[in-house]
Amino acid sequence: MAGPSRLHGTGAAALRTLASWALPIVLLIAWEIASRSGVLATRLLPAPSAVAAAFWESLKNGTLLTHATISTERALKGLFIGGGIGFVLGVLAGISRPAEIVFDSSMQMLRNVPHLAIIPLVIPWFGIGEEAKIFLVAIGTAFPLYLNTFHGIRTVDPKLIEMARVYGLGPVPLFWRVILPGAMPSILVGLRFSLGLMWLTLIVAETISASSGIGYMTMNAREFLQTDVVVLGIIVYALLGKLADFITRLLEARALAWHPTYRRTVTRGATS
Amino acid sequence: MRESASVLRLHKDASFHEADALAEKNLLREVRPDGDGKDAPSLSGQDIRLDRLSKSFGDRSVLSDLDLVIPAGQLLAIVGRSGCGKSTLLRVIAGLDRPTSGTIAIGDAEVQSLQPNVRLLFQDARLLPWHRVLSNVGIARTKGWQETAAAALADVGLADRWNDWPAVLSGGQAQRVALARALVSRPGVLLLDEPFGALDALTRMEMHRLLERIWREHGFTTVLITHDVAEAVALADRVLVIRDGGITLDVPVDLPRPRREGADTAAVALQARILEEV
Repeated sequence: MAGPSRLHGTGAAALRTLASWALPIVLLIAWEIASRSGVLATRLLPAPSAVAAAFWESLKNGTLLTHATISTERALKGLFIGGGIGFVLGVLAGISRPAEIVFDSSMQMLRNVPHLAIIPLVIPWFGIGEEAKIFLVAIGTAFPLYLNTFHGIRTVDPKLIEMARVYGLGPVPLFWRVILPGAMPSILVGLRFSLGLMWLTLIVAETISASSGIGYMTMNAREFLQTDVVVLGIIVYALLGKLADFITRLLEARALAWHPTYRRTVTRGATS
Repeated sequence: MRESASVLRLHKDASFHEADALAEKNLLREVRPDGDGKDAPSLSGQDIRLDRLSKSFGDRSVLSDLDLVIPAGQLLAIVGRSGCGKSTLLRVIAGLDRPTSGTIAIGDAEVQSLQPNVRLLFQDARLLPWHRVLSNVGIARTKGWQETAAAALADVGLADRWNDWPAVLSGGQAQRVALARALVSRPGVLLLDEPFGALDALTRMEMHRLLERIWREHGFTTVLITHDVAEAVALADRVLVIRDGGITLDVPVDLPRPRREGADTAAVALQARILEEV
């Protein structure tokens, strides 16, 4: 950091951006050369140019957009249901001891079960329809949000809560103006964990049983040995994951604008 | 209407602090006739009466059989070593803790729980970091809070910082915002729990002047907890020393205002006398 930070101005910023892209570009060129010279069998790994061609082809005939839209829709539905349940239970357990007694030990037990382990049960329960995939995503995303919401609420500075009581805040304003904003950094960490699990779960669910979506697209391509489409599918997942991460960053920048640490993180993120 | 009320109060309280001509002029200048009186400001303080008050945690007695009357508008400083029970006394007066036995009354009402006319300034400012300064001051969100909060901020000399995050304020500024927050509701009683303990000497003297000016403007009854005898003598009408849960010294401070800290032989003599008892 000491070296590049001595460089100033827009030229230096452009140079930094270029430097951070250098390694992937070199790798890509080496990969292309290896494929064309026959060192790398295209049956195992297609050339980057072939992947780009596959990308263009699927974009032109609209299949890529259709599959990506369907996947995103499933992911978001699962996140809203699972994350919503996790958040609400986390809030309840955080603010009320009786609710904690009822939920917390069960949630702590369930979260240790790898949620993909219940796939053999999900198929007889929901068949291979949409519900199965949304259910799996919901299960996967509920726990990180539950844990981090609960933890966030429990670690709100008790001194601030005492101050709010002295200044006459009732339970409802106390929640909205002190407890929820105080727990927000932790809740957003939970959301980021949930987003990671959301894509992971969806990939697995779509490769097992689906007739649409990016997971189906890659599995289908595997059947026909279209490795270029498989690689394309992986890249699309990476891009969707990156997009979700970017949206959380924007959310953090807005919700945690008051937080000196987050303000720094955001500026650093923007320049890198 | 406020001006005349404060002048009346000043005459009434002449026995507690002798107002010299300069201070009276300052007072008249600083009281801003800004309201129409509909938010019913309690311009005069309320008296506090403790009757055989005891507080113990488990079998450890912290305060025992305390009898104390604090007249309305008085600025009382309570001095003691850490752990002598002075903070506990303040929390009991605020209604944050219940006494084990005995009663406490503010104005005409016995204290059962938190009082809307009692405000407490903590050792740390305790501003909500996710609200800007103005929202922190108007935390109770009473009707028209933006205007009253802005007026209170102007009162503590921070009118231009209304849109800042608390994280960028210095320690002294944060305490001034906390003071403005306490003033918004025009309290009858202001309790201060070593609010200047963490500030540097210069900022602390600045805060003393500010608190003194605002106290004279608003006329609330003030209880200041401190371990700093010089601070107590510089600010208070009366100093109380608490040791082992009981009052060991109760002495009036008959020094003219405004006081210059550390420049008065009478003040130094009084400090020495209080220090002996602490």
